[in-house]
Amino acid sequence: MIARAAIAALLLACAAATSAVDPVSPNGETAAGMSALDLRLKRLEAELRCLVCQNQTLADSNADLADDLRREVRSLALAGKSDDDIKAYLVARYGDFVLYKPPVKPITWMLWFGPFALLAGGGALWWVVLRRRARSITPTATKADTAGELRARKLLNGEDDVAA
Amino acid sequence: MIPEIGQLALALALCLALAQSSLGLAGAARGDRSWMVAVRPAAQGQFVFVAIAFGCLTYSFVANDFTVAYVASNSNSALPVAYRVTGVWGGHEGSILLWTLILGVWTVGVTFFSRHLPDDMVARVLGVMGIVSTGFLLFTLFTSNPFLRVFPAPADGRDLNPLLQDPGMVIHPPMLYMGYVGFSVAFAFAIAALLGGRLDATWARWSRPWTTVAWAFLTIGIALGSGWAYYTLGWGGWWFWDPVENASFMPWLTGTALIHSLAVTEKRGAFKSWTVLLAILAFSLSLLGTFLVRSGVLTSVHAFATDPARGVFILAFLALVVGGSLTLFAWRAGKVGLGGIFGVVSRESTLLANNILLIVAMASVLLGTLYPLFLDALNLGKISVGPPYFDAVFYPLLAPAVFLMGVGPMARWNKASLPDLWTRLKWALGVAVVAAVILPFVLGHWSPLIAAGLFLALWVVVSSVVNLRTRLTGSHRHGLVAKLAANSPSYYGMLLAHLGVAVFIVGVTLVKGYESEQDVRLDLGQTVDAGGYAFKFLGVVPGPGPNYRALTGTVEVRKDGRLIETLKPEKRIYNASGQTMTIAAIDIGLFGDRYVSLGEPLAADDIDGAWGVRIYLKPFIDWIWTGAFLMALGGIVAVCDRRYRLAIQRRTGAIGPAASAGAPAD
Amino acid sequence: MKSLRWSLPLAIFVILVAFLWVGLSRDPREVPSPLLGKPAPAFALAKLHVPSETLATADLKGTVWLLNVWASWCVSCRVEHPLLVELAKANIVPVYGLDYKDEPDAGRAWLAQHGDPYTASIVDRDGRVGIDYGVYGVPETFLIDKAGVVRYKQIGPLTPEALKQKILPLVRELQK
Repeated sequence: MIARAAIAALLLACAAATSAVDPVSPNGETAAGMSALDLRLKRLEAELRCLVCQNQTLADSNADLADDLRREVRSLALAGKSDDDIKAYLVARYGDFVLYKPPVKPITWMLWFGPFALLAGGGALWWVVLRRRARSITPTATKADTAGELRARKLLNGEDDVAA
Repeated sequence: MIPEIGQLALALALCLALAQSSLGLAGAARGDRSWMVAVRPAAQGQFVFVAIAFGCLTYSFVANDFTVAYVASNSNSALPVAYRVTGVWGGHEGSILLWTLILGVWTVGVTFFSRHLPDDMVARVLGVMGIVSTGFLLFTLFTSNPFLRVFPAPADGRDLNPLLQDPGMVIHPPMLYMGYVGFSVAFAFAIAALLGGRLDATWARWSRPWTTVAWAFLTIGIALGSGWAYYTLGWGGWWFWDPVENASFMPWLTGTALIHSLAVTEKRGAFKSWTVLLAILAFSLSLLGTFLVRSGVLTSVHAFATDPARGVFILAFLALVVGGSLTLFAWRAGKVGLGGIFGVVSRESTLLANNILLIVAMASVLLGTLYPLFLDALNLGKISVGPPYFDAVFYPLLAPAVFLMGVGPMARWNKASLPDLWTRLKWALGVAVVAAVILPFVLGHWSPLIAAGLFLALWVVVSSVVNLRTRLTGSHRHGLVAKLAANSPSYYGMLLAHLGVAVFIVGVTLVKGYESEQDVRLDLGQTVDAGGYAFKFLGVVPGPGPNYRALTGTVEVRKDGRLIETLKPEKRIYNASGQTMTIAAIDIGLFGDRYVSLGEPLAADDIDGAWGVRIYLKPFIDWIWTGAFLMALGGIVAVCDRRYRLAIQRRTGAIGPAASAGAPAD
Repeated sequence: MKSLRWSLPLAIFVILVAFLWVGLSRDPREVPSPLLGKPAPAFALAKLHVPSETLATADLKGTVWLLNVWASWCVSCRVEHPLLVELAKANIVPVYGLDYKDEPDAGRAWLAQHGDPYTASIVDRDGRVGIDYGVYGVPETFLIDKAGVVRYKQIGPLTPEALKQKILPLVRELQK
């Protein structure tokens, strides 16, 4: 009963909080705001690497070459090229190094599929370990057990009177 | 004179560290009490001398002694005193000395808080820490000596990197190192257990507080780094999956797995060899991080100036320490014996799943960070692995772990019942799902990822409330206060830390889901609208700073016509180095930040004309760091549990300590 | 064998250390060129000394030639320049210069001061030809064969070793 009231209160608090929050739509266009093209370019440039910096995106870098490349990307976009076309253009000149999202090719299969292979392996390991250890001890009263002994055994197995 | 004293102090510290390691390990192996007793003073002496050396270096900085090469490249006479002090760890040599100092702090901590431990265990723990100290002192003296002189001394120093002239520099590295280095204690306990052949629940109870405190420091250190990057780099980012960031995150993930694994070993005697492996792994990742950051094998904005000789030394040290411990593990872990028995559905099994998920996540981060190096080493070309990869891989791996956070605490030890869990939790699940589906609509934009993130956060909170309620209703005590007091700090620490995770997830989800950016050219007096706020640009004026020239902009923030805040973003040009820094101005709010930074003036030399201004709206972003601090606080609260503070008189520890008998198993 | 699984972490670590060891001798900032074995990007630019004339890649078909990217503002270029002057005197292979993101006047003055090894230099004011060639740092040098295919790229200043061991042998082979 109390818990339900607490949960309801939590939800009400959430609702109240959201009314305090400004309803935002991500990057909505505004009067003097960024154009759709600028937004698209920002997002694209955030996935491209600045070649002369110490690990920065093309969007964030102040380097001269970054300026040149951003200009190049913009003119390609204005010429109607898609994001993939622009990436292909840069990769043809600078190699895969320029992409922060590595392309999925045979040499990057281990990179892209590795984590999920590891997860599958981990899951298998988990199952195997559990199978091996799963001998549940269910205390049943034998003739020799007193009530106290039975309760002691239950406590020792973690089955407290107090739940969990 | 002072630098020479510092150098001498380091040499003496090295001798004492050698004594500490040999006396400790040989003494324990031989059972020689006189040797073992000598280890504590040796360790404390080592710390004293490292502290003296550190003091000498600090003095050289504060006194502007530019005859010391390291001071000359990292300081400047116009640098404010506070930054001269923090400049001590602004470069490679000084930060290694800080590492060594903090290792000394932990070592001394172990000497004081280990009276209740058997002599041979303490000797081994200190001995292992002594080996690490020895390695670092050798590294410092032979490849990274901060006390080297330069003749002729330059008239003035090259100045501390402007990016580091910030309060963040005062606290972020020390906190981070307290965490990194603190895992050496858990590591030493693990090695001591393997050497001594004793690995039981008591060992876990000794290890646990050390590990949890180190983990809490690391949590704070990483959160501070993220927050600092946010306000100092000028574009509102807070995590970039940069190799150096990953180098601190991997020990954190492993450390989180370790504190959960230690819980099982302490309470149930299970997961013993796994816990030992995790302890070795956590510190190994700290050392690996040190290697990655200082060897030049990976490019990073955080990387120190590199030198191949240093890289070789650290790699050799890494190979020896980690290789040695893993060899010891291969040899001895099997003899430690299998742990307890538990059912397929049980708290142990959920914690095992938690561990596996965290380690798989850590391995994925490692894979992504090192993959470019792997391919390059095999002459297969150069690629880059950045945020798009890590974001795609990491969140799906952690989501199930977060889900389990709601299930695990509800599950009984040894054997839990799935139907029972379902009964207890189904209502919580329903509430979380419904709220998570509805909230994004209310917030303005629905997306499956936002709903998923909110679900996980709400699930953790609601299931924690259900857990607490279950505890309270099942308690024998009368009255709410008594019922609450019946639970241990350990339990509340867990609730608090898990709450921190939920808060963190809310922050990440809502920022990523709803943040917005405007990068616009504004004339004087022009206003741009974003997210219900109006930002009015009022121009830029020049002005002097202590060691820089500043161009300060003024931007007024209004909501519904009412002035809320006047923000003053800056561009600073530092006098000594000529470097330019963009200082953002942030209007911090409970439900989001308004973040403004200056771009470039439209006309190169005309600062009175139009400027490029960047305006970011970051909803709930401060929840990210608040969540992290709550996590750390939870860890600290958990460590305050009585069972750690009671001096255990009985050396044998045969009967379970009296302390935990009164508290319900948690 | 049961003990094998305890050795697994060690085995993984040994492999990792091997990779890190090799990594120490690699430069993570060096970007290899994807143009090797591909046709050299076409250009047609005004000559530095004779602005009214143009030099195009088409003009150079049938010759083996070097394209050296340089600029008057580039400090490292001064390190390699004497080598180029020597190379030009030896008359083994023609060297063409790409004056990258430079003022033509400054370029001409620099060559007057340091010597001009180039059969001809062309001016790339805005750096677009540089981008086509994947130039990310100056100086860089490309070796292009008779069919107009890029065969070698030197990142950074030319060194006597690189010339002796890699470039000149390749030039001799391509000129056959």
